[in-house]
Amino acid sequence: MNILTFTILFPLVGTLAVFWVPQRNSRLVKMVALGTSLITAALSIAMAAKYHSGKTGFQFVESHSWFKAFNVNYAVGIDGLGLVLILLTTLLVPIVVVGGWNESENGRWSVKTYYLLVLVLESSLIGAFAATDVFLFYVIFEAMLIPVYFLIGGFGRGDRAAAALKFLIYSLFGGLLMLAAVIGIFVISLHQGSGTFDLTTLSHLSISHQTQDWLFLGFFIAFAIKAPLFPFHTWLPGAAKSATPGTSILVLGVLDKVGTYGMIRFCMVLFPDATKTFAPYIITLALISIIYGAFLAIGQKDLNSLIAFTSISHFGFIVLGIFSMTSQGLSGATLYMVNHGVSTAALFLAGGWMISRRQSTQVDDFGGVQRITPVMAWSFFIAGLSALALPGLSTFVSEFLVLIGTFTRYPLAGVIATLGIVLAALYVLYLVQRALHGPVKAGNEEMRDLNLREKLAIAPVIAGLIFFGFYPKPMLNVVNPTTTSILSHSSIVDPTPLAGK
Amino acid sequence: MLTTPVLDYNLLAPILIILGGALVGVLVEAFASKAYRVRIQLPVTLASIAIAFGWIIKIHQLYSPSAAVASVSIDGTGIVIQGTVLALAFVALLFIAQNDHFVPQAFSLPGSEEEALAISSGSQMTEVYPLVLFAVSGMMLFPIAHDLITLFVGLEVLSLPLYIITGLARRRRILSQEAALKYFLLGAYSSAFFIFGVAFLYGFSGSLSLTAIHQASMTPGTSHLFLSIGMIFLTVGLLFKVGAVPFHAWTPDVYQGAPTAITGFMAACTKVAAFGALIRIYYVGFSAVQGDWKPLLTAISIVTMVGGSIAAIAQRDVKRTLAYSSITHAGFLLVGVVALNRAGLTALMFYLVAYGFATLGAFGVVTLVQDSTGEVGDIQRWAGLAKKSPWIAIAFSLFLLSFGGIPLTAGFIAKFSIFTAAYASGNIAIVVVGVVSSAIALFFYLRVVLTLFFQEPTSDVVTVAIPSSLVKIGLSITFAMTLILGLYPNLLFNLVQSLSNLLV
Repeated sequence: MNILTFTILFPLVGTLAVFWVPQRNSRLVKMVALGTSLITAALSIAMAAKYHSGKTGFQFVESHSWFKAFNVNYAVGIDGLGLVLILLTTLLVPIVVVGGWNESENGRWSVKTYYLLVLVLESSLIGAFAATDVFLFYVIFEAMLIPVYFLIGGFGRGDRAAAALKFLIYSLFGGLLMLAAVIGIFVISLHQGSGTFDLTTLSHLSISHQTQDWLFLGFFIAFAIKAPLFPFHTWLPGAAKSATPGTSILVLGVLDKVGTYGMIRFCMVLFPDATKTFAPYIITLALISIIYGAFLAIGQKDLNSLIAFTSISHFGFIVLGIFSMTSQGLSGATLYMVNHGVSTAALFLAGGWMISRRQSTQVDDFGGVQRITPVMAWSFFIAGLSALALPGLSTFVSEFLVLIGTFTRYPLAGVIATLGIVLAALYVLYLVQRALHGPVKAGNEEMRDLNLREKLAIAPVIAGLIFFGFYPKPMLNVVNPTTTSILSHSSIVDPTPLAGK
Repeated sequence: MLTTPVLDYNLLAPILIILGGALVGVLVEAFASKAYRVRIQLPVTLASIAIAFGWIIKIHQLYSPSAAVASVSIDGTGIVIQGTVLALAFVALLFIAQNDHFVPQAFSLPGSEEEALAISSGSQMTEVYPLVLFAVSGMMLFPIAHDLITLFVGLEVLSLPLYIITGLARRRRILSQEAALKYFLLGAYSSAFFIFGVAFLYGFSGSLSLTAIHQASMTPGTSHLFLSIGMIFLTVGLLFKVGAVPFHAWTPDVYQGAPTAITGFMAACTKVAAFGALIRIYYVGFSAVQGDWKPLLTAISIVTMVGGSIAAIAQRDVKRTLAYSSITHAGFLLVGVVALNRAGLTALMFYLVAYGFATLGAFGVVTLVQDSTGEVGDIQRWAGLAKKSPWIAIAFSLFLLSFGGIPLTAGFIAKFSIFTAAYASGNIAIVVVGVVSSAIALFFYLRVVLTLFFQEPTSDVVTVAIPSSLVKIGLSITFAMTLILGLYPNLLFNLVQSLSNLLV
């Protein structure tokens, strides 16, 4: 059992520990959960330290037979793409636990249930980013919906049951289409030698164009629902509106990244020809997402659904970067996934604290908060700036890379996407103006500023946004070799710069 | 000079043990005093099933086409199906053993003076046990029958006791009696179709043996008219039994009216036995003329999957919902029949086990959710059950998720393997339809889960009865099987795979 498997399994070990803590002692439950997530984070950092960023291919590879009749293995391994997303997961979970220390108190079920679900979700997220067996990935991809379903339905606000059901139905429907494609690619491998689910072996199959198109769509729709890409996004605002801030961070910040991760790992690697065929259409959808999400964000009155719509816009950028099929675009998209996770975490943390203090989700109920609670307002402001990709914050680097990458292959799409930046400035600054500035609204006078626990939660997030804004090299060093090898495997070549022609 | 036929008693022993147990049960009914009947019947029944199961394990490597003068063939598939029927029947009996679900006398209403009188005089429905055993013996004969007459005898032996027990529900007597009558009439009707088909097949091949029909169908130059007619009628008769659309209309009524523990027994064991027979008929008897029946069965599979799952959405009653769900599963199982390859055979058998245990468990839970007038059918009144009895809610949800094919449950592995077999046989359309109807079906499974967990209880009257220790064992077995076969399918899959052979 290597360190990767250990990282995947450790949160599950933690659930056992949480399970044995008496229900009444909710403080101890939280401490155990926090301890588990911190140790998991430490494990993943230790793993990152041992990772050779120069090498291509999977590292920390491990494989055990699981379901012999179909040659299914518990097979895991990571490359640069998997590593950064696993780090994002393991580092965000402790922040979620600390930041949302009290948000599990008012749920339908006990505090203990909340942390059991969070830890199970963490384990399956790490597993999803590490799986190199398509069957294993599928199983995790589907199974991790169940904890999220109970997290939204059990601990959220408002019409949480309906939001949870909608989320689950959308995701499962996509998952079933993917199941058909998974079966399809297995049968093809069966006909071309021996049946396998091993990602590397499958990526070397020769599949006819037409079959590739269908199988690609099976995978892609599942990932587009998860991502979420227009027009498959309609579950997201409801879920974000109902979920607790912590759940929202895990869903929008990490779980949805499984969708964009899958587009790279499976769609692009397994079906390169279909990727090229569909790229123009997908780019069109991505552009619609960017513009549409931004416009809707401007009009939102509810803080949570506003953040959700900005995310739809940002996922448009990620998908754009992936399907621009250039090395800058792909690296940018990978970085974007991480940065968006961090930026969303900051937004939901600060927004969540504002909401829990004011007991309202309406943007118009805030106002003048800046004067009363400066630290909280500044945190929210910086989070907002990261959402509009201000230079100096890490999100700028990734957005810039995506736009460059897109422009070299699809100049028009690049130009249209740039509009997204303008709109982002609009929705963020308009939000800041309404919520933070202006005269103090009635009911906000007594608001308390962030306490030490909350400061401790938000500080590393903001530090990360700034650090990687000025010095993105460590991340790029890990990501670039992987994106290069993925593109060369799919025999995609960067377009020659115009000046070189 | 009359020669006595040679019977291989060793291979036939499982059926004979069950029949023996049933006869002992009849004698107990006749001679034991009323006070002792329950205490004798249950151990006798469980013991005969356990011994028969043990015997099956003992002979699972011995195959013979001539155990009973070529009228049955004992092979791997037959052994697996028989074993599955026995295992499921054993668990079903644990639920059936809750005596207050059966009427003590045909005309007595629950809570009435007649009932009190009947109970005080010791009259209880202990004949349920021998009747179940007779049905089980039919279910064991049906899937190994190698000629059409034996097949018919098996069909009748399994059906007749079921018609009776369907009418024995203690509460909602009229519904139960109506269900029994409906089941009997439609069952008789389907038997008529079946025997009509048998006649045509005899006319075609001059023989009742599946092997002879297979050989006759391979002879070039013969007209297939009689074969086709016979095949269609035979198919109709069998599809009645498995409840495939458009022959499913009886299923919701009968499932709703029958005593719930019996519904579980019927839904699980009858389906296993009937699919065992379907496998043998199509894989052995008609395998040479697949062009004649594959399109038909494909179409039926598709309308069954889609129709069952759409109709289920509109249901409000738990038992009717589960009935439509079982119809949908008949459609999924037909996907495996149509695949017509060894992978399909293996997948079918695994599917039957996974489906059977989840079905028994689900109906077992239904027996427990009660108010003052008996079981609560209306799903809305189950709202918030998770708060009162979280483990029951978790178990029921697990069974539903397994029906829906969510990963890490047995139902997922079953669905995956059956779709893979169909895909490998080149029938991609059926896989796509199957996947889409799975999604539709998931909608109503999840709605029930949502009702259990996320809705506030509407009334305090609905409670979960404290399960007897037998019911607890039954629920634990079904829960464990559904989970373990999903987490570690090797345990059963490899066994079933090594036994997936058919004697031609």
